[in-house]
Amino acid sequence: MTAGASAMADATPGDPAAPGNGPADRPDERLRHQPLWRRILVRPSVSAAIAAIVVFVFFAAADATGTFTSPQGVASWMGVSASYGIMACAVSLLMISGEVDLSSGVMTGSTGLLLGILVSEFGWNFWLAFLAVLVFAVGIGFMNGMLVTWTRLPSFIVTLATMFVLMGLNSGVTLALTGQVRVGGIDEAAGYPLAQWVFGSRLDSPWAFTVAVGWWLLVIAVGTWVLQRTRQGNWIYAVGGDANAARNTGVPVRRTKVSMFITVSLAAALVGTINAVELTSVSAGQGTGFEFYYIIAAVVGGTLMTGGAGSVIGASLGALILGMTTLGIQYAGWDSTWRFTFFGLILFWAVMLNIWVRDRAGGGRR
Amino acid sequence: MSEQVPPLGEVDAEVAAVAAAQRGTLGAAGSSAAVGAPTGKDMYLRLEDVGKTFGSVVALDGVSMDVNHGRVTCVLGDNGAGKSTLIKILSGVHQNDSGTMYVAGQPTVFGSPKDARDAGIATVFQDLATIPLMSVWRNFVLGREPVKGWGPLRRLDVAQGREIARRELRMFGIDLRDPDQPIGTLSGGERQAVAIARAVYFGAEVVILDEPTSALGVKQSGKVLKFVRDARDRGIGVVLITHNPHHAYMVGDEFVLLKRGRMTNRWLREEVQLDELVSAMAGGAELEDLAHELGA
Repeated sequence: MTAGASAMADATPGDPAAPGNGPADRPDERLRHQPLWRRILVRPSVSAAIAAIVVFVFFAAADATGTFTSPQGVASWMGVSASYGIMACAVSLLMISGEVDLSSGVMTGSTGLLLGILVSEFGWNFWLAFLAVLVFAVGIGFMNGMLVTWTRLPSFIVTLATMFVLMGLNSGVTLALTGQVRVGGIDEAAGYPLAQWVFGSRLDSPWAFTVAVGWWLLVIAVGTWVLQRTRQGNWIYAVGGDANAARNTGVPVRRTKVSMFITVSLAAALVGTINAVELTSVSAGQGTGFEFYYIIAAVVGGTLMTGGAGSVIGASLGALILGMTTLGIQYAGWDSTWRFTFFGLILFWAVMLNIWVRDRAGGGRR
Repeated sequence: MSEQVPPLGEVDAEVAAVAAAQRGTLGAAGSSAAVGAPTGKDMYLRLEDVGKTFGSVVALDGVSMDVNHGRVTCVLGDNGAGKSTLIKILSGVHQNDSGTMYVAGQPTVFGSPKDARDAGIATVFQDLATIPLMSVWRNFVLGREPVKGWGPLRRLDVAQGREIARRELRMFGIDLRDPDQPIGTLSGGERQAVAIARAVYFGAEVVILDEPTSALGVKQSGKVLKFVRDARDRGIGVVLITHNPHHAYMVGDEFVLLKRGRMTNRWLREEVQLDELVSAMAGGAELEDLAHELGA
């Protein structure tokens, strides 16, 4: 923080926007007004937007199939981005509150599998099964949150444990019940037509955006509103910025953190359901390893690993970058496994760009 | 208990009465002080022989002090003198196991920090008072944010929050140009001021300041002492915890000196000179021995 403050002091001599309306005997020149362009540029989501444009241009140029910039192509990578993005929004909220959830990827599999098993093996109505999935998600999120806040273990440890337990359950239970590592037949469930419309429909060609994109936009809108315009949002920033100071001013630290774990699990339930409905089947390994995509997206979007800073918009831009990369590599005719290398490079350079832009703009961290 | 009350409290009865009247709160203490019969019982917060042990360790023993509106009570002591334990008793983190604490004349034990806050006792911890990355106004209203709207549309009243921060800080002489500025870009002294102003705004009767000047330079310390004086003038009772007798002497009305968990001295303003305070704080005779040993 001190670094941020002094960086600002260094960058301000000769500032044309020096205040003209203040009293001459101002005791502290550090309370200087920031010009608008600086205040915009110090926002980490702006450098994420710049990075998104760079990635778009790169894959538009590398495109070997002419699909990347076509309506179908755009709709495809928007769909992939949406399933990353819904999670990245929730994960960034949790990270802003100072915690991390490594079980978030596997949870998208667990929730989808639970839904599939309930409708295909037990013949439940889709919506009843969906309700059960939501209850299950709240339970897992609540458990993660309570374990973290009660044991005071790092959330890395607690959720790593949850992740492995769930990973085993996903395979074990699926195999025991279906004799396969996949649950299918979701489209035969009672109530599926409505579910297909709510979670799996898409617009008409050529701009065939999936409804998941709509869900993503809704999550962005609600997440941004909560974060910027509600008490809960103020508390999320506060408990991640300094949990002790927040507690001293009367912020319910435990409740805030636990509710963020639940938010991540509920987002996983939404994504798990969308995947299950779109594909009408779920594999036992679904979502494994995706937790890191969500964390990368959040960090690329300016969310601090240590908590206290970040935005839902930024995390969504990060998810967009990952979504464009995932399909851009295929359209360029390269093997899809190259995406991992790209994700790694993007993570590193986006964070460097973030810091560089912030230093050039010379503002304090936000 | 009341028979043994030492004749403290006359000093600032006037100030306290005026302050209480200005604030229009606290009928009991304010009005009885106004009729000119001040005794220790009129103090808003009063400790008599308060002590605390942890297992076999005596952390605090025999501490008596008075805190009242419009008055600064300084607690002096070196590291390990028991200052932290005292703060924790006053702020409800620990409970004293001997002696009595009176709040507005009533024997009181705070079961939790919330009890203390509800009784109007706010504690400003040195480094644990503000969230550096958050804006000034969000810090200011944190935990008691103004809201508008109804049901799921209940939301922060941003304009009001900014206005509150700007207005309240101006009363402490800080002209806040941009309430959206991260509080980490303010100086250490100003961050203390935000914490103090916040406590005052949210209705604190007593503000406990934990070593507010220890991490600050000379100028910034001066500012913080000015904020202490401003808070006092607004009728707040201030408990200033410090190990700097010079700072304490500049603003204090009552001085309590702790050493190894025990209260070794207690003075009113007119009973003590600065050099006496410094010498007692530094260990007086011990210091002379040390000087002798070092061959000075």
